[in-house]
Formats: sequence, C-alpha cells, structure tokens
Amino acid sequence: MSPDPFRLRDPLRARAFADLLARHAPPRPVRIVHVCGTHEITIAQHGLRELLPDGVEVLEGPGCPVCVTSTRDLDRAVKLAESGAIVCTFGDMTRVPGTRRTLAEARAEGADVRVVLSAADAVTIAREHPDRPVVFFAVGFETTAPGTAAVLLEGPPANFSVLCTHKLIPPALSALMSTPPVHIDAFLAPGHVSTVIGARAYAGVAERFHVPIVIGGFEPLDVLYALWLALRELREGRAEVVNAYPRAVTADGNRRAQELLARAFEPCDAVWRGIGTMPASGLRIREDLARWDAERRFAIEGEPEEERPPGCRCPDVLMARAVPADCPLFRTACTPLSPVGPCMVGAEGACHVWYRYGGRPKL
Amino acid sequence: MTRRESDRVTTLHGAGGEPAGKLLAERILPRFKLRSAGPIGLDALDDGAVLELPPGQVVVSTDNHVVKPIFFPGGDIGRLAACGTINDLAVMGARPVAMTMGLILEEGFPLADLDRVLTSAAEVLAEVGVALVAGDTKVMGKGELDGIAINTTGIGVAARAISDAGLRVGDAILITGTIGDHGMALLAAREGFALQTQLESDVAPLWPLVAQALQVGGITAMKDPTRGGLAAALNEMARKARVGIEVREADIPLRPEVQAVSELLGIHPLEVACEGRAVIGAAPDRADAVLAALRGHHLGQDARIIGHAIPDYPGRVILDTGIGGRRFLEMPIGDPVPRIC
Repeated sequence: MSPDPFRLRDPLRARAFADLLARHAPPRPVRIVHVCGTHEITIAQHGLRELLPDGVEVLEGPGCPVCVTSTRDLDRAVKLAESGAIVCTFGDMTRVPGTRRTLAEARAEGADVRVVLSAADAVTIAREHPDRPVVFFAVGFETTAPGTAAVLLEGPPANFSVLCTHKLIPPALSALMSTPPVHIDAFLAPGHVSTVIGARAYAGVAERFHVPIVIGGFEPLDVLYALWLALRELREGRAEVVNAYPRAVTADGNRRAQELLARAFEPCDAVWRGIGTMPASGLRIREDLARWDAERRFAIEGEPEEERPPGCRCPDVLMARAVPADCPLFRTACTPLSPVGPCMVGAEGACHVWYRYGGRPKL
Repeated sequence: MTRRESDRVTTLHGAGGEPAGKLLAERILPRFKLRSAGPIGLDALDDGAVLELPPGQVVVSTDNHVVKPIFFPGGDIGRLAACGTINDLAVMGARPVAMTMGLILEEGFPLADLDRVLTSAAEVLAEVGVALVAGDTKVMGKGELDGIAINTTGIGVAARAISDAGLRVGDAILITGTIGDHGMALLAAREGFALQTQLESDVAPLWPLVAQALQVGGITAMKDPTRGGLAAALNEMARKARVGIEVREADIPLRPEVQAVSELLGIHPLEVACEGRAVIGAAPDRADAVLAALRGHHLGQDARIIGHAIPDYPGRVILDTGIGGRRFLEMPIGDPVPRIC
C-alpha cells in the first residue's frame, strides 16, 4: 500500500540523487555498463533513465544467463530430454530456442522437461524416479553455481547428473574491455554475484583496464547511488572498485560458497551466445565428480554454433555497443513471443526487459 | 457382504447409467439450492433449461477453469469457476441470473474433493442468487486429464451493457481493491516454492459490489483483471477505446505480502491475475461518488482512483513509478515465470 513501504524507493531521495548525478556528470558523454538482468529490470521498471542527466548512458552487457547460453548447450539439453531423461531447469530456459527447438517444444512432443527453482529440487526429482536418468541443466553465474556445487558435493543419487553451463562474471568484464571497439567508461557490478565473490574479485579488472567498477544493489536508490559513485570516479580520473552495496557485499565475499565452487568446479573456456568463446569464463565439473557430469556421461553433441540471424544486433547489445532500440528487428520481427535473437529470449535479456518495461530513456 | 463403494471417481460415473445418476442425485443436485430460472430447470434433467429473464439486454459469458493447485489459500477451483463467470457478467453491467456447469473429471479423482469443489461453487451461487440450470459430467481415463476441469456459462441481464471499450479522455480509472493477491497466492502455494505467507486469493463474486457502483451512474467501461492482471486489463481498455491511460504506481493498492513475494520471484504484481477485482472507468464528475459507493461495500474497502484516460499515447498505458520516473506499462507476455537469480 502507498506510501511506499520501501525506503529505498523514496521519491524525494531519488530526486536528490538525480540532482547529484547531474552535478557530477562529466563534460563528455559516458557509458556505464552493467552485466546484470536484475539491474536492467530495476532501471526499466522504475523508469530510472528519466532521472539520468543527458550524456550519461547506462547499458546492459551480457547480464542474462539464459541469453548467453549457447545453442550447442541447449541442443544437448533438448537431445537428453528427447532421449528419455528427465531434464530439470529454470523456467526461462524452457523457452530458449536451440538449433531445432526449445525444451518446451520438446516437452509438448512428449519429452519430460520440468521447471525447478534450484539444483536441490532436481535432486529430489531424481530420488523420486530412481529408474530414470535425471539431468539438471545448470545455467547462471556465481549466484546459482554454489547451489549446483553443493548438491554435487553432497553425493546425489546415481541417476542424477548436471549439464553444467555456469559462467563467471569477472572474466566477462575482462573480455568486454579487451575486445575492440570498446566504449565502456565504467561498470556497475552485480550485487548478488558480488555477495559470493566479494568486492576484491574485481580489483584485477579495474586496475588492468583502468576502469571504475562500482558494486550496486537492486533497489532504485541503490542503483542511483552506485551510478553517482561511478560518475564521481570518472570525474576524478580514478579507477577503483567501490562497494556501494555494503549491506550485502563484503571485500572477500562468501568464503563458504567460494570453497564449494572450488571443490566442485574448475574454470574452462566457455561459449557465450552472441559473443563467442571467452577464456576461463565458464565452470566445468571436476574430474573426481565426473560420474555426475552429464557431458561426460552421455556424450551428446550439439549442432555447430548457429550463425546470427540477419539484421539481429544482439551481439552488439551483449557487448554494450548498442541498445535494443538500435536494432531494426526490435519490436517488429523480434518480440518475446517470437524472439529472433537471444537478448529477447531470457526474461533478463536487455531486449526482453526493454520490451516488457519500455526501457526508453525519455517519455 | 456388500463391496465398499469407491471413494473416487470411476469411469462409470461418466457413463450415464446408475452410478452417474447417483452422483448427480446425491452429490451434485442437492448442493445447489437455486436450480431453475424458468419453467424447466436442473431438476427436470431434460435436454435443456428454459429461462424466463427480466427485461433488458441478455449477456452470455463462458469460461473454462483449470488451476493448479485446485485447492489454494482463499479458495478452490469450484469457487473460482462460479466467481469467474459471475464476474465476467458483472463487469458487463449484467446481473447474473443463471449458470451452467460442465465437469470433466479424471478417473480416480477423490469424491471428497469433488464435494468440496461443488460446495464452494454452490455457496457462491447462493450468495449472489444465481440458479444452476444445466450441466454435464464426463469422466476421462487416468492420466488423460489433471484431476478436474470445469466449464461454466453464465447468463445475465443488463439494463444497458457496459463494455471494456468505453473509456473517454478525462475518465477516472478506479480499481476496486488490492492487486495481484490471487496470482501471488497461487504462485506461493505451488509445490516447490515453499513460501510461508499469509497470502490469500481475492476470489469473490463481484456483482453486489458492481451493482452498488452502477447505481451511482457515470460508469463508462469495466473489466476484471484476470489473466495478465492489471497490466493486461489497462492495455486492452486503452487499445479498444484508443485513448492513453496514465496510472500512478504509488496509488495502486498492494498488500505488503504480495509486494514481498513479487520481489522474491521477480514477477511484477501488476501482471498476475486477480479474481475478485474490477477496473472501472468513470466520468470525471462521477468518479468520487463511484469511489464512495465502492468503499461502502466490504469488497471495495481498498478501492482507489489510480489514474486517468489521457489524450496522449492512444492505446498505450503510462506508469508513473513511485520514484519519479515514467515508463510504459506493457501488455504482459505469456505466463509469468520466476527469475533465475
């Protein structure tokens, strides 16, 4: 009920931050890039772009785990489902097209595809169906990966396995900064990933590329505060990691989660849909847990990575070189009901969010 | 020794013979107190019902009901079916007079559950004075259906039917109560979410509330925000009337629990279904009186004026976000799914 119960949505404070942002806006246009669908949702849902000064642009990079899952990995999941396994995954993943079809389409044709909220739910399903292979199609960044690691390390049932496509954020930031042309002045780093990896995890990227990185929370005032800190760094010529979300994020992060990740996974090169291979940006299940690795167990191959559809600018959107409205297909040929590119598929993809909430800067 | 009768639906219940007759006579008919709206009603078990309707425009509405889980906090599929049909008639400005009900049951469905569902539907019809005049029961094999599906058709009479296309620039937009309760209660109750909440569905028959508002006059358009929630209802009203609609997020009544579950699941409360709310367009000079009439009824205590029809952006809905931004409130796409992280 109004007045808004969330202090972090206070309109007077928001106005005060908007004034601060305007005062600290550098004389030249700047681009601040975030890599988190939830940040984009906060920005779009609350119409925050209206509060930004002219010349300050905020873009979403590869922030949607569903969008960046490669067609090859999706094909594997579809094939596993078609071959009789129970494939469990997050709701959004069922709508993403592989080369031939989506998991939802496979389900409509008789495959057993189930929506779960966690890896642990998939283990429960495996215990309920001891006679059938149950595969958890694991997607997501450092936030969802510890959950997968935990179930692997607990010794799940023999009929359970994981198709692991977890990805890592700091290597993605490095890849964004080292793939020309680069138009990124600062990063708004994802709060929830940072609760796991800690603020220190970004230090190398900030130093190597001399780029400010501000960790932000997900309430509107969190985002405005973080953007203000980023602008201040830019004005002062600093490139430091600043934690603007101290109520959830510490310098070292969640040691227990990091330990789980290290015990269950090792870094590997990973294919990000629309971007290509980024070095050491993925997680692979360690050798001693191989019996629960669906990739090793079922030897199912995907089709070669698909060419991007003509006209689709998703690669530019994912690399923060374009906003959805720059794409000629946005809202015309490409909609959430018939997505052409990956950014329109996942609910946290920039195009999907812009479509859903109208991410236009000014009304 | 006689064999104990099964406590579950069997294929015999749908075969039209004695077990079917028994199901009808013992479990279905006696639950519904009002069984005719004219010379031939449900008790006649004839091939059709004959109605005598009061003068006015006759409004017909039909709906299929499937819901998971069938029993949810605040209601069940029976209550939902009866309310859904009554509400579709009510937001057309029609007093609901009669309803038909088609039941499709899965073999093995517990008869006790059927009793609960029918009792719920009967309670709603009795509350609003609607007769159940015709029906049908079919049984499908185990695994061919998920428990139960219900079709209802309602017949109502309006002095002058009100469509959802009648908004004019300047009209106030009212909502009769808090938003998203039904959709979020269901999401919270679904297996796997394991959320301990006090959330309950808002499922309720709207006619008595709407009747009170209609007496004031000046109502230009009505719609119940079911699938797609308030976002879909407002977009449809804007598109059909070719006007813009501007609403203030801060004025949209929302329970804190709904807000909390919504934040947790990443599903916007404006996009999930309500089953006991109406969106009402009212002429500017009558809006306050309509609001007062709504608030005078227990179902309308949280009613609010949330915005207005505007000449700009015809066919679109603008949301003033509480924080000082503005954005389009878009038509929802598909069923909402929880976010990943």
